[in-house]
Amino acid sequence: METLDLSIIDWSRAQFAMTAMDHWIFVPLTLSLGFIMAVMETVYYKTGKAEWQTMTKFWMRLFGINFAVGVAGGLILEFQFGTNWSNYSWLVGDIFGAPLAIEGIMAFFLESTFFVIMFFGWNKVSKGFHLAATWLTWFGATLSSLWILVANAWMQYPTGTSFNIDTVRSEMTDFWAVLFSPMAMNKFFHTVTSSWIVGAAFVIGVSCWYLMKKRNIEFAHKSIRIAAAFGLLGIILAMYSGDGSAYQVAQKQPMKLAAMEGLYQGHTGEGLVAMGILNPAKKEYNDATNPFLIKITAPKLLSFLAFRDFDAHVPGIKDLLDGGYLETRPDGQAVKPVTTDEKIVFGKMAQNALKGYKLAKKEHNDSLASVNKAVFAATSPYYGYGYIKDKKQLIPNVPLTFYSFRFMVIFGGFFLLYFIFILYIRRRIENMKWLQKLALWAIPLAYLTSFSGWIVAEVGRQPWAIQDLLPTFAAVSSIPVSSIQTTFAFFAILFIVLFIAIVSIMVHEIRKGPEHIQ
Amino acid sequence: MDYAFYQEYWWFLVSLLGAILVFLFFVQGGQSLLYTIGKTDEERTLMINSIGKKWEFTFTTLVTFGGGFFASFPLFYSTSFGGAYWPWMLILICFVLQAFSYEFRKKEGNILGHKTYEAFLLLNGFVGLLLFGTAVGTFFTGSEFLVNKENIYQPMMPVISTWQNPLHGLEAVANPRNVLLGLAVFFLARVLGSLYFINNIRHEAINARSRKQVLINAVLFLVTFLTFCIWTLCAKGFAVHPETGEVYMQNAKYFHNLIEMPLIGIMLLVGVVALLYGIGIGVFCSRSTKGIWFAGLGTVLAVLSLLLILGYNNTAFYPSVSDLQSSLTIRNSSSSLFTLKVMSVVSLFIPVVLSYIFYAWRMMDKKQIDVNELNNNHNPQY
Repeated sequence: METLDLSIIDWSRAQFAMTAMDHWIFVPLTLSLGFIMAVMETVYYKTGKAEWQTMTKFWMRLFGINFAVGVAGGLILEFQFGTNWSNYSWLVGDIFGAPLAIEGIMAFFLESTFFVIMFFGWNKVSKGFHLAATWLTWFGATLSSLWILVANAWMQYPTGTSFNIDTVRSEMTDFWAVLFSPMAMNKFFHTVTSSWIVGAAFVIGVSCWYLMKKRNIEFAHKSIRIAAAFGLLGIILAMYSGDGSAYQVAQKQPMKLAAMEGLYQGHTGEGLVAMGILNPAKKEYNDATNPFLIKITAPKLLSFLAFRDFDAHVPGIKDLLDGGYLETRPDGQAVKPVTTDEKIVFGKMAQNALKGYKLAKKEHNDSLASVNKAVFAATSPYYGYGYIKDKKQLIPNVPLTFYSFRFMVIFGGFFLLYFIFILYIRRRIENMKWLQKLALWAIPLAYLTSFSGWIVAEVGRQPWAIQDLLPTFAAVSSIPVSSIQTTFAFFAILFIVLFIAIVSIMVHEIRKGPEHIQ
Repeated sequence: MDYAFYQEYWWFLVSLLGAILVFLFFVQGGQSLLYTIGKTDEERTLMINSIGKKWEFTFTTLVTFGGGFFASFPLFYSTSFGGAYWPWMLILICFVLQAFSYEFRKKEGNILGHKTYEAFLLLNGFVGLLLFGTAVGTFFTGSEFLVNKENIYQPMMPVISTWQNPLHGLEAVANPRNVLLGLAVFFLARVLGSLYFINNIRHEAINARSRKQVLINAVLFLVTFLTFCIWTLCAKGFAVHPETGEVYMQNAKYFHNLIEMPLIGIMLLVGVVALLYGIGIGVFCSRSTKGIWFAGLGTVLAVLSLLLILGYNNTAFYPSVSDLQSSLTIRNSSSSLFTLKVMSVVSLFIPVVLSYIFYAWRMMDKKQIDVNELNNNHNPQY
C-alpha cells in the first residue's frame, strides 16, 4: 500500500508557518497605521491645517511600503491551502472556503480600490471623498481580518457543521454559528486590537527617533499623542478580549490551555503560573518528574479565569489523556468526560462505519448502509481521533506554547504601562533619552508579542488542523518532499531579502522625514 | 431553485471572475512591453505609473477568483492546486514578485536596484501569463490525476486526490494545445496593455509605439487563438452522462455545446467582434483612445463564453485523462447546497463592488497621465 512520506507534513507545516509569520509582519501595521492615518486626516479635514495633511501623508507613505508586501503574503497563504493542504481543502472547503470568498468580495476590493484613491488621489478627488477613502481602506482591511479570523476560529472550534457521509466531508449547516461563534468573536477582537498596539509602538518609536535627532519636534509630539492614546485603547481591549479568548480555550481546547500553563496534573482551585521555568527532564506526561524547576503562581486564578469559579477543577495533560476527573460544565455541573481512549475508539468506529457504509452502498445493501450511517452519526464528532495511533500524539509542544504565552502576557502588561506613562509625561518625553531609546526597542518587542500570541494559538492547536476532526497529518497534499523543500527555500530567501529591503526603504523614508512631503 | 441552479450560478460567477481577470491582465501585458514601448527611463516610469494604479485590481481579482473557486468547487481547488503543484506555484511566485515591485522600484534603499524590480515585472508579464494560459488549457485537454474519496480512511495514505505524473503539472507544457492557449492569453494581454497605454498616457512616442504593438500582438493573438479554438471545437471533449454522471469522450463536444447553447455562441461572437473593433480603433483611429473599452468588453464576453461551454451542458470542466471517472464536473465538485446558498446571498454585493470600482476608476482617470504628473509632488509616484 502507498504510504505518505511523513516529512511532507513537517515541510508543509514549516512552509505554511514561515509564510504566515512573514505575512504577520505586515498585517498588524496595516490594521493600525490605517486607523492612525485616518484620525490624522480627519483632524486635517476639520481644521484645514496643512501640518496634519503632511503627517497623514508621511505615515501613509510608510503604510504603502508595508501594504504591498502584506498583500503578496496573503496570496501565498491562500494558494497554499490548495497546493500543500489539498485534503484539508476538500474536507473542510465547504466551510473554510466560504469566508475566504466572502473576504474577497466584501473586503479585498474595498481595501484595494480605496487604497489607490487614498494613495494617489490627493488633489484628484475632493477632500471629503479622500477622507472617506482613507477610512474605507482601513475598514476594508479590518473587515478582511474578520473573515479570515472567522475561518481560523472555526479550525479551533468547528461549530455550525456536520460530517456528510455521502460526500465524505464536513459541510456547513449554520452560517451564523460559524460567524458569531464566541471563539470567532474573541479571536477577531483580540487580534485586531492587539494589532493596534504594534502600530502605536511603531509610530511612537519612529517619532522618538526624531526627538533623539532633535528634528520634526512638533510632528513627533502630535504623532506620539495620537498613537499612545490609540495604543492604550488597543491594549485595554486586547486584555479584555484576551481573557475572553482564554476562557473559550478552556471550554473548547482544554489541551491547549494545559500546554499554555504547563499543567500536567490538574486540581480544583488551580493557580495561574505567573512566571516559571519548565523542567527539561520531564520526558513523559505521566512520569513523576515535576514539570517545573521553579514557578510563581497566583492562587486559584487559573480556575477562575478558565471557569469563572475559584474552586473549579482545571484538567491537566495527564487528566485529559488518562481521564479520572470530573469536568466542570458551563452550568456548573460536574460530569465525567469522554476519555481519550474512548475518543480514539469512537474515531476508529467512525472510520470503519464510513468504510462499511461505502461498501454497503456499492453492494446495494441498504440495511447495512443505514446501520453504518447510524454508527457514523453517533461517532463522527470524534472522527479525527481515528487517525491517532498513540495518545501522546495529542500533546502539543508544551515549552513553546508555555513560554510564548508568558511572553505575550508579560509584554502585554508592559505595553499597558508604557502607553499610560507616555500619555502621562506628555512633552517631557523630549528630555527622556532613555525612554526614546526604549521606544525604538518597543517596535520589535511589539511585533514579538504579537507573534507569540499566534504561536500560542497555532502550536497549541496541534496535532489538529481542525480540532478533533482532522489531524495535520491527514490534511496534506501528496507531493514529493523535494518539491516542498525547493519552494520552502525559495520563499525563505524571498522573505529575507524582502524584509531587508523593506526595512532599508522605511529607514530611508524616515530619514528623509515629513519635511520632503508637499 | 434547486441544487443544480446554484451550481450553475456559481460556475457562472467563477467564469465571470475569470473573464474579468483575463481583461485585467492588461496590467501584465503592459509590463511585458515595458522595454518594447518604453525606450527611456522616463517613458518606462510613465508606463509603470499608468498600470501601477491598476495592478491591485488584477491582484485582488486573482485572489477572489481563487477564493471563489475554493468556496464553490473545493474539489477542484484540492485536486488541481495540490496536484499540479509546480505550474500553480510558479504562477504564484510570478505574481508575488509583482506585488512589491511597483512600490519598491524607485524607492531609495531598495537594495536590489530598479532594474531588478523591472525584471520581476517582466517575469510576471511573460512567464506568469504564459503559464496561466497553459494551465487553463488543461481544462480543455485534461490532466493526469485520480480522485478517490475512500482514501480518507486509509491510515497510511489518507489523501483523496493524487497526481499521476511525477512532473506535477509541468507536463502540461508538452501539449501544444495548452501552450497555444498560453500564447493566446499572453498576446491578448499585450494587445490590451497597449490599448490601455493609448487610453491612459499622454505621450506621443508611447502612443505611436503602443499602436504598433496593438497590430503586431493582435495578429499573433488571432493566429494562436483561432488555432486553439478550431482545434478545440473539432477535438473530442469530455462529456458527462446526465443521468449516471459517467464521463465519456464525445466528438466535437465543445462545438456541440456552442450549438446547443446558442446564447453563449452569440455571446462569443459578440465578444470577438467587440474585441476586433477595439483592436481596429487602436490600429486605425489615431485620434481615438477608446479601443480598450471595446476590446475589454469583448475579452470579458469571449472568455466568459469559453468558460461557460467548459462547465455547462454536461461537460467535465477539469477532466482526468488517467481515469475519466475521476474528472471534475460542476455537479461532483461543488460545495453543499447550503454553502452555495449562503454565498449566493453574499454575491448580491458584486454589483455594488463593480459600481464603486467603476466610479473610482473614472475619478482617478479623468485625465491622461503625462510627464508633468511625475513631477507633481502632491501624490507619491512609483
